[in-house]
Amino acid sequence: MNEMSTSSHAVELEADPVCARAPVGLLAELTHRCPLQCPYCSNPLELERVNTELSTEDWCRVMRQAGELGVLQVHLSGGEPTARKDLEEIVKAAVDAGLYTNLITAGVLLTKERLQRLADIGLDHVQLSIQDVDAENADRIAAYKGGAAKKHEVAGWVKELGLALTINAPLHRQNIASLPRIIDYAVEVGAGRLEIAHIQYYAWALKNRAALMPTEEAFMETARIARDAKERLKGILVIDFVVPDYYAKFPKPCMGGWGRGIMNVTPSGRVLPCHAAESLPGLQFDNVKDRGLREIWLEGDAFNLYRGTDWMKEPCKSCPRKEIDFGGCRCQALALTGDAANTDPGCSLSPHHADWAKVAREESHNAAPDFIYRRMAAKPAS
Amino acid sequence: MGARPTPQRLIVEAATKPRMPRHIKLRHDAGRGVWLLLAPERVFTPDPIAVEVLKLCDGERTVADISAILSKDFNAPEDVILGDVVSMLQDLADKGVVTS
Repeated sequence: MNEMSTSSHAVELEADPVCARAPVGLLAELTHRCPLQCPYCSNPLELERVNTELSTEDWCRVMRQAGELGVLQVHLSGGEPTARKDLEEIVKAAVDAGLYTNLITAGVLLTKERLQRLADIGLDHVQLSIQDVDAENADRIAAYKGGAAKKHEVAGWVKELGLALTINAPLHRQNIASLPRIIDYAVEVGAGRLEIAHIQYYAWALKNRAALMPTEEAFMETARIARDAKERLKGILVIDFVVPDYYAKFPKPCMGGWGRGIMNVTPSGRVLPCHAAESLPGLQFDNVKDRGLREIWLEGDAFNLYRGTDWMKEPCKSCPRKEIDFGGCRCQALALTGDAANTDPGCSLSPHHADWAKVAREESHNAAPDFIYRRMAAKPAS
Repeated sequence: MGARPTPQRLIVEAATKPRMPRHIKLRHDAGRGVWLLLAPERVFTPDPIAVEVLKLCDGERTVADISAILSKDFNAPEDVILGDVVSMLQDLADKGVVTS
């Protein structure tokens, strides 16, 4: 006991890619339906339709298989997961499978009664998104009138029912000045955690980049505000600050490393190593209707393609950081350099980095164009 | 929201009665062979000493009680243990996994 150090008695779990029990998290995108139309949605541009969604029984089986595989936490997401009428049954299956359950919601479809039922079933945690603390601006960003007021009500219910609450605040040039008030708001509603999430520029956000990208100066100011708040609110609010790749020196380890800690199941049951992986051409994704999660995790082609470091080219291959950031994001590498095996252009060592960051910087100083709101395509994709 | 008191940081002292809130789960994972602490969007692996301390955090025992038990179990001076337990629990409280 004398050797007990005060520094860190509880460190975050490291995943081991070759181990069946490695996936710590399962991101379950229950549906792509959502009443909000946020222009930075992380869903793909081609949204999956309701008639392709997995059945209740499919999702319950996925939860059981996830528990058996060793998944620890399930993130019930979307789209808007509460748009599924069978959410209670899916949560129950997850709880029965021993999974820690996290509901990632916009809140606007919830009733207090339904939230009570979910709490009774054993839901552990609610992550509620807000678009801004300024209600008018929030509703404009989400293209949903009355959304901000409803979310405020939902935050109150979450606390009243004794559930843990995270406020998720996606940050961009059209709400960035609100950050200090967003932090105050999270404390005021009794959140235990705040995610200050600078937009990640994939899918819809990439389409809207010029309307969303803050200037580097504005970004630096948010970093300072977040750092101060972390110190000031120690023991009151856990703050996670997500940096936009464009203003970072090194890329983020996408999903903690490809096929390393997280699996993502789409509304139709496709199992992806990353929620943007469908943008990579030629990749075959297994479906939970055809194969078990364990087999998909260990043997699925998509999971093995960029798992580990063998696939890397220079400058990743000889980089001392290769097992820290795993070369960043494959999807961003493809979208912006034309080759998914290239270093993420978010990395300052990428030959594409300077040009790529310059475009974003220029955009951030120009007038913001109108949003292209997230909507289902008029016709199903053929 | 006026009724809710302003949240305060928990300062851990000998008289504090620590507990884990409902949404924090301490669990032994047989498959991985480790103890896990499940928290919102985080998974911690507490070291063996932290596990022993957390198991005793029931909201009834004080930090002094917990230290006395550990002092007996580990045959170590109680004042030393108390100091260590206080700083450990403060760290865990600041991570949001322990409250009182």
